[in-house]
Amino acid sequence: MGEPLALETSGLTKVYGHGHTEVVALRDAGMRVRRGEIVALLGPSGAGKSTFLMCVGLINPPTRGRVAIGGVPVLDGSRALSDLRRFRREHIGFVFQKSNLIPFLNAVENIQIVGELIGRPAFLARRRAMELLDALGVGARAHNMPTQLSGGEQQRVTIARALANQPSLILADEPTAALDGTRGRQVMELFRDVAHEHGAGGIVVTHDHRALDVFDTVYEMEDGVLKPAHRAGIDAAVGHPTAR
Amino acid sequence: MNLAVRDIRHSLGRFVLTTIGVGMLLMIVMGMGGIYRGLVDDALVVTRGVGADLWIVQRDTRGPFAEVSRLPRSVVDRVAAVPGVTDAREFVFHTIQREHRGQPLRMGVLGLGWPTDKGEGLPLIAGRPLAQNHFEVIADATLGLGLGERLRLGKETYTVVGLTSGMVSSGGDGLACFTSRDAQAIQFNEPGESARLEREARRARASAIDFGRTQPGVLERASGPSRGLAALPGPAISAVIARLAPGADADAVLRSLHGWSDVTVYSGVQQEDLLLKGSVDRARRQLLLFRVLLTLISAVIMALIIYTLTLDKLHPIALLKLIGAPNRVIVGLIMQQSIIMGVLAFGVGWLLGQRLFPMFPRRVILTSDDLLRLAGIVLVISIFASLLGIWKAMRVAPNEAIG
Repeated sequence: MGEPLALETSGLTKVYGHGHTEVVALRDAGMRVRRGEIVALLGPSGAGKSTFLMCVGLINPPTRGRVAIGGVPVLDGSRALSDLRRFRREHIGFVFQKSNLIPFLNAVENIQIVGELIGRPAFLARRRAMELLDALGVGARAHNMPTQLSGGEQQRVTIARALANQPSLILADEPTAALDGTRGRQVMELFRDVAHEHGAGGIVVTHDHRALDVFDTVYEMEDGVLKPAHRAGIDAAVGHPTAR
Repeated sequence: MNLAVRDIRHSLGRFVLTTIGVGMLLMIVMGMGGIYRGLVDDALVVTRGVGADLWIVQRDTRGPFAEVSRLPRSVVDRVAAVPGVTDAREFVFHTIQREHRGQPLRMGVLGLGWPTDKGEGLPLIAGRPLAQNHFEVIADATLGLGLGERLRLGKETYTVVGLTSGMVSSGGDGLACFTSRDAQAIQFNEPGESARLEREARRARASAIDFGRTQPGVLERASGPSRGLAALPGPAISAVIARLAPGADADAVLRSLHGWSDVTVYSGVQQEDLLLKGSVDRARRQLLLFRVLLTLISAVIMALIIYTLTLDKLHPIALLKLIGAPNRVIVGLIMQQSIIMGVLAFGVGWLLGQRLFPMFPRRVILTSDDLLRLAGIVLVISIFASLLGIWKAMRVAPNEAIG
């Protein structure tokens, strides 16, 4: 038996509405992410990428299908863990397009709160938060409020927050959309490094094909159908930075 | 980590302004209660100051504080003769409004039973008790009179020899203490022309009846002062106050006095009760209604403010849910803010009240019991006020943090 997968989904389907208003946003999506592996998820707007993240992030449960995180079957058809929110705070880290920091907490508190929510004593949670900020190069900005940080700094703080609970799975929805090309690539590399270093699986939804070489695996999604991307296409995209 | 405190710190200006606003509202609620306490206390100043065990008043009346009560002065001697009574005094009390220094001056006139009572028991803050049985007055400081100031009332001029503090009537007018004789002279002061007209009218009435025609002395006396007529009463007093001897059988004294057909007797407690029911009860109920309304308004305003503050936090709340914060953390955030606001507003209200209430024209008395009760109500209001915000927060979906 090997190490449990960071994420394993099968038959994941999400249907909105019913009857003639029915929309199938996700069709039998299956994905396996190893610990330390970082996966890119490509696809046009409305393809179902965010829906997939919401389902595996236990924010918006799927209509049917199976989700196991860190080897724990959290959703299986109509059965689910009794406290999905608790599982989320203990095992999943989120990073989104906008920095999404809590505006009334400073940088270090935004990270510290995650540690406290999972039951760490305040001083340990704070120490861990400072370590993460230092590791991500924003330790000097620990006591700044989110509005006092640049876009890149905010995104680093958000990544630090996503790591604060030592998650099995990190989910990122277009984390570099607000950043320039160089800064965006740095963030992607950062994701790869932290995923490798912390042994967490990572799924990054992105439109930025220029940094695809950073990822271990690339998936594509179209009309709710998830499939692995062709390596040749990826290489072509990376070789032509203007390709989108 | 206390999220409520951090959120307050983040929007400190708005929170402080809102808290001051709610605090001012609570100050008014406190003030209403304090005004009521002041009314009661003022109403009882005289009766408590007199310290009477029994009040003997005109038959079938409720005493001088509720309605007009007239007793002949002779009742004082009759009461004094009852076994068990150690001291009986005339009680004269009425309110007048005269002009002084070109301004209207309204005062409660209290007669002291000279020479037994010279005002030694009054809460003097300056000057001395009465030293003679005429033309001296001890005035309350609220009347604005100074020591040595001369006051023209009726035909006589009175000198202020002492100043008291907190001696006001149930209507809030400052009390002026004269000897009973002077108090009556002020009450029954009659202009000369009025006396002459009254004597002429008496003479005409007497000459029209057999009694006047057959008794020449009657006509002669009808033209003179009324005290010369045995059939005419002397100036009446409002009531007789009596103290019982230590160990006296109060029931026996009461039974004895109840047998008199011209008076009604009340104990000190009954008189206070009548006074409160008669003069303060309606004001008390009015103030109580105001307090209830203001408390409800405070609750509604607090609920709306907390709700608005919550609306401003919907995104962070969704984010907290997204990172897995349990509901108790979010409920705690909103409820703690509401309670902090309530507690601070209560403090602001109290502090403002301490500064402003002494400037009110009537006394505002804040008792510890009233403050504690209001603090409890504010706490309950704060909790209830947060429910609307909590309800809204509970409806926020975590994915709203992303959208």
